[in-house]
Amino acid sequence: MKYALIPLLPFIAFVLNIVFGRNYIKDRAHWIAVPAVFGSFVLAVSAFTDVLSGNVININLYSWITSGDFHVTVGFLIDQLSAIMLIVVTSISTLIFIYSIGYMHGDGGYYRFFAYLSLFVFSMLVLVMANNFLLMYFGWEAVGLCSYFLIGFWFHKKSAADAGKKAFIVNRFGDFGFGLGVILIFLTFGSLDYMQVFGQAGSLLGQTIDLFGYDVDLATLICLLLFCGAVGKSAQIPLHVWLPDAMEGPTPVSALIHAATMVTAGVFMVARCNPLFNMSEIAMNTVAIVGGVTAIFAATIALVQNDIKRVIAYSTVSQLGYMFLALGVGAYSAGIFHLYTHAYFKALLFLGSGSVIHALHHAKHDDEQNMQKMGGLRKHMPLTYRVFIIATLSITGIPFLAGFFSKDEILWRAFLGGELGRFLWLLGTIAALLTAFYSWRLIYLTFHGSYRGGEGQEQHIHESPKVITVPLMFLAFGAIFAGYVGIPPLFVEHGDKIGEFLAPVLGHPEGHGTHVQEFFVMGASIFVALAGWIVAYTMYLKKTDLPQKIGSLFKPIHTLLFNKYYIDELYSRSIVQPVLKASDKIILAFDTYVIEGIVNGLPNLIGLFSRKFRTVQTGFLANYGLVMAFGVLCIIGYMIFVR
Amino acid sequence: MTLPQLFFAYFALSMTVLSLLIVTRKNPVHSVIWMLVLFIHIAALYLFLNAEFLAAIQIIIYAGAILVLFLFVIMLLNLKREETAQKYQSQWPISMGIALVFAIFMTMIVGKITVMPALGEYSVEAIKAEGSMMTIGKVLYTRYLLPFEIASLVLLVAIIGAVVLAKQRVE
Amino acid sequence: MLVPLSWYIILSAVIFSIGVFGFLARRNLIIMFISIELMLNSVNISLAAFSHYLQVMRGQILVFFVITVAAAEAAIGLAILIAYYKNNPTIKVDEINLLKG
Repeated sequence: MKYALIPLLPFIAFVLNIVFGRNYIKDRAHWIAVPAVFGSFVLAVSAFTDVLSGNVININLYSWITSGDFHVTVGFLIDQLSAIMLIVVTSISTLIFIYSIGYMHGDGGYYRFFAYLSLFVFSMLVLVMANNFLLMYFGWEAVGLCSYFLIGFWFHKKSAADAGKKAFIVNRFGDFGFGLGVILIFLTFGSLDYMQVFGQAGSLLGQTIDLFGYDVDLATLICLLLFCGAVGKSAQIPLHVWLPDAMEGPTPVSALIHAATMVTAGVFMVARCNPLFNMSEIAMNTVAIVGGVTAIFAATIALVQNDIKRVIAYSTVSQLGYMFLALGVGAYSAGIFHLYTHAYFKALLFLGSGSVIHALHHAKHDDEQNMQKMGGLRKHMPLTYRVFIIATLSITGIPFLAGFFSKDEILWRAFLGGELGRFLWLLGTIAALLTAFYSWRLIYLTFHGSYRGGEGQEQHIHESPKVITVPLMFLAFGAIFAGYVGIPPLFVEHGDKIGEFLAPVLGHPEGHGTHVQEFFVMGASIFVALAGWIVAYTMYLKKTDLPQKIGSLFKPIHTLLFNKYYIDELYSRSIVQPVLKASDKIILAFDTYVIEGIVNGLPNLIGLFSRKFRTVQTGFLANYGLVMAFGVLCIIGYMIFVR
Repeated sequence: MTLPQLFFAYFALSMTVLSLLIVTRKNPVHSVIWMLVLFIHIAALYLFLNAEFLAAIQIIIYAGAILVLFLFVIMLLNLKREETAQKYQSQWPISMGIALVFAIFMTMIVGKITVMPALGEYSVEAIKAEGSMMTIGKVLYTRYLLPFEIASLVLLVAIIGAVVLAKQRVE
Repeated sequence: MLVPLSWYIILSAVIFSIGVFGFLARRNLIIMFISIELMLNSVNISLAAFSHYLQVMRGQILVFFVITVAAAEAAIGLAILIAYYKNNPTIKVDEINLLKG
């Protein structure tokens, strides 16, 4: 029961901050939010040790909806999968909350920021801990709402407000599918409880459903609908467009919501529903292909972007693609493993870039996110530089850091997955090469070379305060050591602790390969990581005119990538503009005939009535009292004389 | 008429007169003073009804707290003479009619009571054996614990509400 | 029973009606408040009487809660009165018609 406090503590912090924040708490908001989320973290650790000793907690707290056969409870399921997610969410939230104390210091909406952030943590924890689909759906929508609030946190900036709307609307496409999937699950299984649904998952085999006259495999349909939601939330092709724009929000938000936790909800959901996905090969392949294509697609865009946060955003999309690739080839635990390590090094990258932006902001830099205007920050911000290096080594898969183990596990599992798997492995490896390149490019542009910003700014650049750098160091620790729970059996017998831990929920991945193959896969990924590094080194440190030359040499490709494959423009032309135009026309017609008819007719009618009845409303208290007393008399009279 | 009935007749008569005095006095202070006398009568009536605790809180809370509050407010407002010049609103005849019908109807209800429910366990002897205070306390803190706590919340809200409403707006 | 229950109820009804009259007819807001207290007290009398004659505790408990609510109501009501009086220095109820909107 005490675990119910895990989501409740941040919720209490939210309520206190939103109710009393404006007038009473103000700049002390963190004194409420940080202890609350830290308390959740402590409880999550206790829950984790509980699960580690073999207890799976499944409790129903409250009967939410009961209507005929439809029965939904508010209940929590803490098993191996949700225990890991709890640790990831609460630990990173705690660090980012602390970081935000420094980063958001002096912002007018300080209390609001912590309120929304607490609400987000609450929603995410509900999503993770739910023991039925409806409660998960609640958390799912609630995190989307918080994401909207926080992207548009600086709502006086038009781009931020627009980005918030974009994220919300794009997510709506995915969530629509997710909602349909949940309904279909209820129609099929007659329940929304995980245990009951997954227990009956086997009965799906061979069932079909009539959809517009075609017989469709039921399992495939359910899984694809659920995956729709995951595509939206986890920013996979074709719904990835919202995530880079979401960088308009404050950097801690980008780190927490748009890198470490919320966007991984899709991965978590697919892993949670693995008994269903196992029933449909088509759905699994779709997941794998979407993941693999997204991984490489987003990585290519990241190559040429100049905004420091956007590069990391595309990198996030790409890494999420990796996770889906792993899920799609049936290596659920590898996907979750990557989710877990990625949370640390990606949060670190974001917070590091936040530290840079923070420093440049204080130096009155006018274009504080543009990497072309940075450079040479290494000597001013040695600590940020160091943690950045650690995060980059980790993400590019340099051996024995966290990212190496998880990424290697995914590529190895993909390699074992037949012909499609080999193809996906190739995509993943190329994406790893690109990842190494753009990650080092970011480092070299930001921290090396000479300062390219405005004059007189450089001496104002200082290392960020302790409250910012200490969380960075904790995360750096995670980025180095988080991977040691999943050492491949190749090196250490039973080294893959996390895979074994998750096996009761996610099963064992199939397929076995020889040691030679495994060394080959590992060697390939190490090779591409180093190759990408070296290319970036030569291009951005040794021959700094080379990027210009290559850019002009492959101008069409460069323009294509720089404009993100024109996807936004495509959506704008094909969906947004037609909808706007059509709605303009419809609204015009609707306006003249229906609205104006109502608008002119109704007031006339109301005016007629109100002129008659207005005299009743005298506004004098005693008149109303008189009428009320008369009403009471009528009731008493009815009781005495009629009944 | 027996002695208790005589007593009751006195109380009924004086309470009716007192109530009429309360609603017809021009000066609110006089109304409040008559109210005080009425409350003391009601408290005595509670004693007849074997409800010592109620008699006590009637004096303490109503007479001691609420009426004093009324007096304070009257003092704070510091009404001018013309404020109390015309006692009744224009609708007073209708009001009187309604009040009369109320009295008639509710008296008729008395005649409607034909079946009495079964008697409960708290007879005069039972309460005497344990003491009025003890009995009501036991019931209040066991069966009616939740309403009791909610009542405390209501009072808290009233305190905060009164402070918020009456305090000066500081801009 | 020396005094019948019905006597108490009739007494209560009479006082209640006087309270209703006071509330509906008087112009002075403070007297209207006092009338409300009067009505509450009349109800309390009948509750206590029922409690005594039916030998149950419920009536007395209810009186207790009515007194609690009456205290809260008086505090809030008078606070509103003061707040209103600060803006419009009148307590003549037939000159207050803010509810008209």
